[in-house]
Amino acid sequence: MATSKLLVSTLRKSLTSPSPSSSFRRFSTAAAEAVAPASEPEDSLTIKGVKISARPLYLDMQATSPVDPRVLDAMLPYYLARYGNPHSRTHLYGWESDQAVETARSQVADLIGASPKEIVFTSGATESNNISVKGVYEQEGFDVTYLPVGNDGIVDLEKLKGSIRRDTGLVSVMAVNNEIALGKIPIDVDKWNVSLMSLSGHKIYGPKGSWEWGTACELAKKEMEYDDKRIGALQERLLNGVRAKLGGVVVNGSVERRYAGNLHLSFAYVEGESLLMGLKDVAVSSGSACTSASLEPSYVLRALGVDEDMAHTSIRFGIGRFTTEEEIDRAIELTVQQVEKLREMSPLYEMVKEGIDIKQIQWAQH
Amino acid sequence: MLRQLASKRLITQRIQILPRFYHEKVIDHFNNPRNVGSFDKNDPAVGTGLVGAPACGDVMKLQIKVDDTTGEIVDARFKTFGCGSAIASSSVATEWVKGKQMEEVMTIKNTEIAKHLSLPPVKLHCSMLAEDAIKAAVKDYKTKRAKSNVDSDAEPAVQAAKA
Repeated sequence: MATSKLLVSTLRKSLTSPSPSSSFRRFSTAAAEAVAPASEPEDSLTIKGVKISARPLYLDMQATSPVDPRVLDAMLPYYLARYGNPHSRTHLYGWESDQAVETARSQVADLIGASPKEIVFTSGATESNNISVKGVYEQEGFDVTYLPVGNDGIVDLEKLKGSIRRDTGLVSVMAVNNEIALGKIPIDVDKWNVSLMSLSGHKIYGPKGSWEWGTACELAKKEMEYDDKRIGALQERLLNGVRAKLGGVVVNGSVERRYAGNLHLSFAYVEGESLLMGLKDVAVSSGSACTSASLEPSYVLRALGVDEDMAHTSIRFGIGRFTTEEEIDRAIELTVQQVEKLREMSPLYEMVKEGIDIKQIQWAQH
Repeated sequence: MLRQLASKRLITQRIQILPRFYHEKVIDHFNNPRNVGSFDKNDPAVGTGLVGAPACGDVMKLQIKVDDTTGEIVDARFKTFGCGSAIASSSVATEWVKGKQMEEVMTIKNTEIAKHLSLPPVKLHCSMLAEDAIKAAVKDYKTKRAKSNVDSDAEPAVQAAKA
């Protein structure tokens, strides 16, 4: 397994590192589309008005993850040669595709401790969620009880127990939230007594919107423990690296009970979107309101009870199977640099340095 | 097989029309901000405008230094907690007030700032805030001046603008 990992990372390095002879960014495990610059110098590109010198580092794994080359390897034959429709019953093409689907089905089932008969492939998690909830409860008029979460984002089990009624038909819980901690945690639907579950393939290095997950699930199962340890170490490295140089860094959501690949941080006195603008060479995302059309901060952060003045200051870093130490170190360097620059420009930081308590100020409404 | 794929240029024919676009002027103000900093707010020649709220994600502090005898704004500084458009709007505001009379800068409209920066509709409130900041700074200076004329100590009045 170690050899194939080495192969994968070497392959990725050689495909994505700039060489003097190549003038374009080609195949890479980054999720964004390749953009071929028309009139720009060889190694820089301008997009949305921002000029960047190279493809950004990808640290947005909770939005989506790159396809593992081994998954791609497994898929390619089915695009190029064995492209039959699994429902075609009358020829080899159909039969072999059907076999592939069933193999994939059992690999998924194996990963979560379910029976293959219980797996339904859909176009994605959103469709799955809708099928589960709406499909099971087709009529309207059902009472819905919304439960709050604690400051660490965890559901209070006592509260949950207390709110289950005799006529409760469905309890729906997010095993891991994609904003503050997406999970690749060991799942056993039998042990947990789960009736329905939605899974997202493109967040476990599988393809997007497609049923071809078999290999992705198999790999997830084999490599989860190793991935978890490695990613956990990177997460710690990122947090410690940033905290070594900056004060006022708050982790959103429980530190202990979060998935290792997610680091959702608030940087006091610095607004999230301006930080994103400064971090143009790192692909991350933010929970700040300016990125949505309304001025409301993220409902997830609000549910955690994050203070108003911190609600606009957050950035979500997503670490994954292919993230390297160099990328983390570079991300630390850039983040510290940009936060320091923006704090110099921040009236809130200035007030705090002067000893003013910004929570006491009467701000003007606007 | 992967290497073969990699050696071919991956051109996407379809060009995505991205919903939000940073005008290069906004980027420029972000990368090379003009007039970032502070004056001493106790200085009687300085007017300070502080507008916005952290809960809204936008706070601007704009300060003007006024020549007492001529009424001309000789210098300006700003500090902003907010998105790129907010930073750019306040930066533009400090550029535009320099060398002008106070009455003149009271007529600066947020629409002019927005047009100069090609702000999309969703960012218009940033330019509004910048306009408010200018007015608040002028008002503060005038208030301080009036107070000192009545022979009382000029307090460091940081006055929040009324929206």
